[in-house]
Amino acid sequence: MGDVSSVTNLGRSGVADWLMQRVSAYILALYTVVLLVFIIANPGLGYDAWAGLFSQTWMRIFTLMALLSIGAHAWIGLWTVTTDYMKSALPRFLVQAACGLTMFVYVVWGIQILWGF
Amino acid sequence: MNNKRPVNLDLSKFHFPLPAIISILHRVSGIIIFAGVAFMLYGLDLSLSGEEGYGHVSELLSGFFAKLIIWGILSALLYHLVAGTKHLLMDMGVGEELASGLLAAKVTLVIAIILIVLAGVWVWAM
Repeated sequence: MGDVSSVTNLGRSGVADWLMQRVSAYILALYTVVLLVFIIANPGLGYDAWAGLFSQTWMRIFTLMALLSIGAHAWIGLWTVTTDYMKSALPRFLVQAACGLTMFVYVVWGIQILWGF
Repeated sequence: MNNKRPVNLDLSKFHFPLPAIISILHRVSGIIIFAGVAFMLYGLDLSLSGEEGYGHVSELLSGFFAKLIIWGILSALLYHLVAGTKHLLMDMGVGEELASGLLAAKVTLVIAIILIVLAGVWVWAM
């Protein structure tokens, strides 16, 4: 582990990253199961029921929590993958920056969707 | 460093045990999901924009390529979920030995394949 690796990881320590990866994993697993069960349990789901679900405050908070979890979870995961396979610092930094920008866009876009309809 | 160390970095010549394949697929599926979020957010945005937008998403989902994309994202998501659950169980000390680790890898693969097939049936029945 060199210096370059340790300045780009999210939690600044492996243990913090490990914990964040677990907490976000539990949130994302729960969100995935809840949303899939809702869709499967409501065949022929119409706009009113769909928009009704996402207009509930708890669902908006839960969805934002899932989006922020995706941001942290994907950052830690992609950081691990890029530091494993990309040995050259500049290309690795550029790929990580592109991933970070994408995650930022996802979160802002998601907030706009959730509170904008 | 000893320069006479045997070096074999030809990945095609390595034999990967099943838990290693499960692990690399976990990474691949994670990258697919990361890209897939863009499709899911686009669908959510359109579906919540009104009756018309919702109808447009339903119409899109009746097309072959949209079904293929959704099935692909769902497959990656379901695989990642099952393989991730294995990780969480390993945190609790389940499946850490050689034999139990191999069994856990086999169970992960079987459950993931069943869920992916079911998801395919579901997507094409929609």
